[in-house]
Amino acid sequence: MNIRGTSALVTGGSRGLGAALGRALARQGARVVLVAREEADLERTAAAIRGEGGLAWALPGDVGDKEQAQYLAGAAAALAGPVDLLVHNASTLGPTPLRLLLDTDCEDLERVLAVNLVGPFRLTKVVAGAMAVRGEGLVVHVTSDASVNAYARWGAYGVSKAALDHLARIWAAEMEGTGVRFLTVDPGEMDTRMHSLAMPEADPASLADPAAVADRVVSMILGSAEIASAARVEAAAWPGERPLRAAS
Amino acid sequence: MARGAPPPRGVVTPATWPRDEPREERLLLLDPAARTWTDARFGDLPGVLGHGDLLVVNDAATLPASLRGRTEAGQEVEVRLAGRAAGGEWWAVLFGAGDWRTRTEDRDAPPVLRPGQRIALGGDFLAEVRAVDPASARLVRLRFDRGGPALWTALYRHGRPIQYAHVRAPLALWHVQTGYAARPWAVELPSAGRALSAGLRRDLADRGVRLAGVTHAAGLSATGDPALDARLPLPEQFEIGARTVSAIAAARAQGGRVVAVGTTVVRALEGQAARHGGRIQAGAGVTDLVIGAGHRPRVVDGLLTGLHEPGSSHFELLQAFAPRDLLAAAHAHAAAHGYLAHEFGDSCLILRAS
Repeated sequence: MNIRGTSALVTGGSRGLGAALGRALARQGARVVLVAREEADLERTAAAIRGEGGLAWALPGDVGDKEQAQYLAGAAAALAGPVDLLVHNASTLGPTPLRLLLDTDCEDLERVLAVNLVGPFRLTKVVAGAMAVRGEGLVVHVTSDASVNAYARWGAYGVSKAALDHLARIWAAEMEGTGVRFLTVDPGEMDTRMHSLAMPEADPASLADPAAVADRVVSMILGSAEIASAARVEAAAWPGERPLRAAS
Repeated sequence: MARGAPPPRGVVTPATWPRDEPREERLLLLDPAARTWTDARFGDLPGVLGHGDLLVVNDAATLPASLRGRTEAGQEVEVRLAGRAAGGEWWAVLFGAGDWRTRTEDRDAPPVLRPGQRIALGGDFLAEVRAVDPASARLVRLRFDRGGPALWTALYRHGRPIQYAHVRAPLALWHVQTGYAARPWAVELPSAGRALSAGLRRDLADRGVRLAGVTHAAGLSATGDPALDARLPLPEQFEIGARTVSAIAAARAQGGRVVAVGTTVVRALEGQAARHGGRIQAGAGVTDLVIGAGHRPRVVDGLLTGLHEPGSSHFELLQAFAPRDLLAAAHAHAAAHGYLAHEFGDSCLILRAS
């Protein structure tokens, strides 16, 4: 899809992959609205993008709260225009250190599902109908290899991501022919705060730089017309044949 | 009308809550050429329209446009946003103490405010009165104390959807959105498209009926001041995209009909055509076109709308599409046969048969 001039809503946009994606999208000329709960980090990220000449707004909010879905979608559209690109990047691991399912509180599983699964459902529900009337739109779901592999101690998160992958496939089946497309991206292991919470012993040098992963994801978005809707793509496996050119 | 009392004869009963299954809602088919009407269900719509027809919807999302405030003198006031004015300011209509359980027309008059006075809207959120309408002191122009994301965050935090005395409980923002809402330009639900569920939109697409959108800043339905009500609708902002212009041209070329979903869409399309010598072209603007019996539609062939009472400004607009006596007779039929009116009510399609 063409990114220049599009309105992009990125959740979990204050740090890590979300912040890097916001910056990479803004470099391609997108009008970027970043959503996260922590207002100070979020504003810093948006200000950094604006400092590079990009267009970015910080919208504090919680995707896990039903009452905020109308606000997030409405305010984003008011600020940047009707949402053309929705990136579901926000997610929570639940309590860390990660624990076995037998030790997981019911409420903690519910909260993980609310943020990682129900939140994306609600935001897509609020924006995708309008995308279909305009005949175009792209919804990107950020997933994890925990969605396909049953890792001990990753229960709540893994279940939410497996369901998210399937949610994307069903959206794609239901919206086929409308011009609204869906893409599921597994970014791989990155040097982020989330990763250090989950696996504090990991050597950061062995992990990917979120900025480099964000560039790959943006390259996927640019080439998304050639990727089947609902495809699950690993960022590390994305060929990257399409060079990322700065938008002129 | 008192709550719970039966409506007077000839008045369509208000719907008191959103209903679950739009296909089961009623649809009155009115053919102005044949001068006939037929009772149908909303789910019959895909069968009534055909290949090449185009439905044009208003994709404006509904704002939480009602804010409870307090003047500097400590008086309670309800601020209902009416639309955006130039320079980042907003038009608003003020109401006195009380809430939605009282009909808009029976609400206390607001305190008379002067330019420079401020209204506290919750937390530290403030609006300053910039101008007061000379004819109706309740119509004011406001400037909020913030802009950008902070303004939208405050509006959604402190605002509620405008409520209705005929609705049985407070409405949440989820209740007053269409299934294809984008930018929050409307201060009340563009209700004609409320029943167009995703399932129905898909059935329409399967029939070869296309869907396109305009964005129109639907304004207030009532202000509580008869003099101000007589000026409704106030000038409203709209935007029509190139894709919609080509969809209209394609429908024309195929002999299809252009059906506006709601009076706001008629206003946007006909308003834009009136500005450009009868031709529709992409663009944005503000329309003050008031449509009535004397207006000959240049773009719109038919209208999907609610059931509007004779005498209302919406009923005036319908007369651009069907003669007054036929509309009045059809309305009496709807009233006598249990149709429901207002935001969550039944629908009427005014369209010549293909």
